[in-house]
Amino acid sequence: MSLLRTENVIMQFGGVIAVNDLNIDIKKGELAALIGPNGAGKTTAFNVITGVYTPTSGKVLFSPTDSAGVASEIDISGKRPDKITGLGIARTFQNIRLFSDLSVLENVLIATHLNINYSFLSAMLRMPKARKGEREAKEKCEFLLERMGLIDLKNEKASSLPYGQQRHLEIARALATNPQLLLLDEPAAGMNPQETDELTDLIFKLKTDFDLTIFMIEHHMDLVMEISDHIYVLDFGCTIAKGNPNEIQNDPKVIEAYLGVDEDVED
Amino acid sequence: MKNTQNSLGAYLKKHWKTVVFLVLVLIGIGIADQFVNSFMRRLLNLSAIYTIVALSMNLVNGFTGQFSLGQAGFMAIGAYTVAIFTVPVGLRSTIFYLAPMAPLLANIQLPFVVALILGGFLSAGVAFLIGSPCLRLRGDYLAIATLGFSEIIRIIFTNTQTITNGALGIKSIPTINSLWWTFGIALIVIIACFLLINSSYGRAFKSVREDEIAAEAMGVSLFKTKMTAFLISAFFTGIGGGLYAALLGTVDPKQFYFTLTYNFLLIIVLGGMGSISGTIIASFVVTLGQEALRFLDEPMAFGLDLPIFRPGLRMVVFSFLLMVVVLFYRKGLMGTNELTWNFIINKYRSIKSRFTKKAASAQGGDSK
Repeated sequence: MSLLRTENVIMQFGGVIAVNDLNIDIKKGELAALIGPNGAGKTTAFNVITGVYTPTSGKVLFSPTDSAGVASEIDISGKRPDKITGLGIARTFQNIRLFSDLSVLENVLIATHLNINYSFLSAMLRMPKARKGEREAKEKCEFLLERMGLIDLKNEKASSLPYGQQRHLEIARALATNPQLLLLDEPAAGMNPQETDELTDLIFKLKTDFDLTIFMIEHHMDLVMEISDHIYVLDFGCTIAKGNPNEIQNDPKVIEAYLGVDEDVED
Repeated sequence: MKNTQNSLGAYLKKHWKTVVFLVLVLIGIGIADQFVNSFMRRLLNLSAIYTIVALSMNLVNGFTGQFSLGQAGFMAIGAYTVAIFTVPVGLRSTIFYLAPMAPLLANIQLPFVVALILGGFLSAGVAFLIGSPCLRLRGDYLAIATLGFSEIIRIIFTNTQTITNGALGIKSIPTINSLWWTFGIALIVIIACFLLINSSYGRAFKSVREDEIAAEAMGVSLFKTKMTAFLISAFFTGIGGGLYAALLGTVDPKQFYFTLTYNFLLIIVLGGMGSISGTIIASFVVTLGQEALRFLDEPMAFGLDLPIFRPGLRMVVFSFLLMVVVLFYRKGLMGTNELTWNFIINKYRSIKSRFTKKAASAQGGDSK
């Protein structure tokens, strides 16, 4: 069954239509990718899904599984970003947005804030409930840092980490919100081939270990073709192709969007 | 029972330095309370009150990153609550001689602590009302809106003759003399703020300061978080204002000009936006420093009749010192660091290694 669907989503800024009639359907447990040339509206699509923008028209439908194991479809278009994160969609950012002045551990701990069950009064008086909550959150975050290979750096400032590790930290932080759907915005941007390979493995492992559905924007075609089950191609806001990696690679429209039209052939 | 004893034992073992320090501070206050003269007592009391108010301002401005300038207004609410409810009923007709006090309030007298806490809650209540629209604004706009609020409060208090006695102010407020009131409450506020900042709520505050978009994407509700910080800040400021009224024994609207807010802004900028210990240090330095430099205001200082030694020079020198501090410590004395044991040890080591390095290189230079 589908975890995330968009129905005819249009996002318009004044006269510019950044996303035009977007229809995606991501099944539970799938790894989907969103590709397209620069300025195609990929990040805008992510921003619409995560609530940063309210779509001009259309619906974003999310079907999270609750604690009882029942999935129900909710229209999340126009909800606040923190509410959407609370429902189970976490994201990373294209241009890394860590809390740069805070420690690595604190960065991840912040993402557990939406699951706390004690009040600020209880925190100010350090009631047993608050202490227990703090301890549990810390254990969980240390586990995640261990998983991402950042545990030794937990007391470093986030801004002092090298670029690749900052990207890992962003993923760890997103995982700390207990997501069902993880949106990765160019996770391999600025990485060399070896790092990209490692990232490919990591994404694959995280998906099975945390029972995630992943939707990612990526420009590294090797990575995309290797791990995606489903690919959507955007160009100038329009979905020009969708299908499995094989279909996409041979789609003439995709080749045209990436390489341009051969004028001789057209004549 | 055994378990709690064990955990208490472990706690003491882990934090013995802090516990010893706190005990020393308490003993210090006890000794000071016995021996200092009334001038010094007033100054120390004032420093403690400034610590309370500046710390609560830092909660919003430093930790949550919202530029709010409503401190004087919240202090006024706390101060007037204490004034109105603690002045002895018998004296009220002489204080309110232009227009009698509103009959509803005229016969209510509350114990000091109750009035103090009520002031805190009233201040937080008003903060809730103005926060709902204002906290949607960002940066300079929030500063202007809160500054406007604090002026509105002052003007309301000037004109509600039967409640606040208008521009005449309220006199004969029973005063507090012991250092324990102000220092005791300051300690409670400091510890509460410290625990709050090191909890999930404190981290949420800081995440809003660092990056609102990322904070929201991580599930932190911006409005709720800003409101929590704003309410806690207003509550403590109200309490600080109440203590201020009880320390001076008189309140009038002119004490709560917006310039009062700038005092606290100066303290938190000097101490470090986002540092509790920096705020405490700066509160004492600024309050005591303004008095220590008072000799500059007197003519004939140093036995010479220099024309520049006249009232006001103190503030010139003080401003100059401030500029020096801001130039060399751009983020304030403490930045966003805290004066923890680790911080002190690391500082000590780095200074020590600087000297040993110099010594070593000097030696190396000699041998060549």
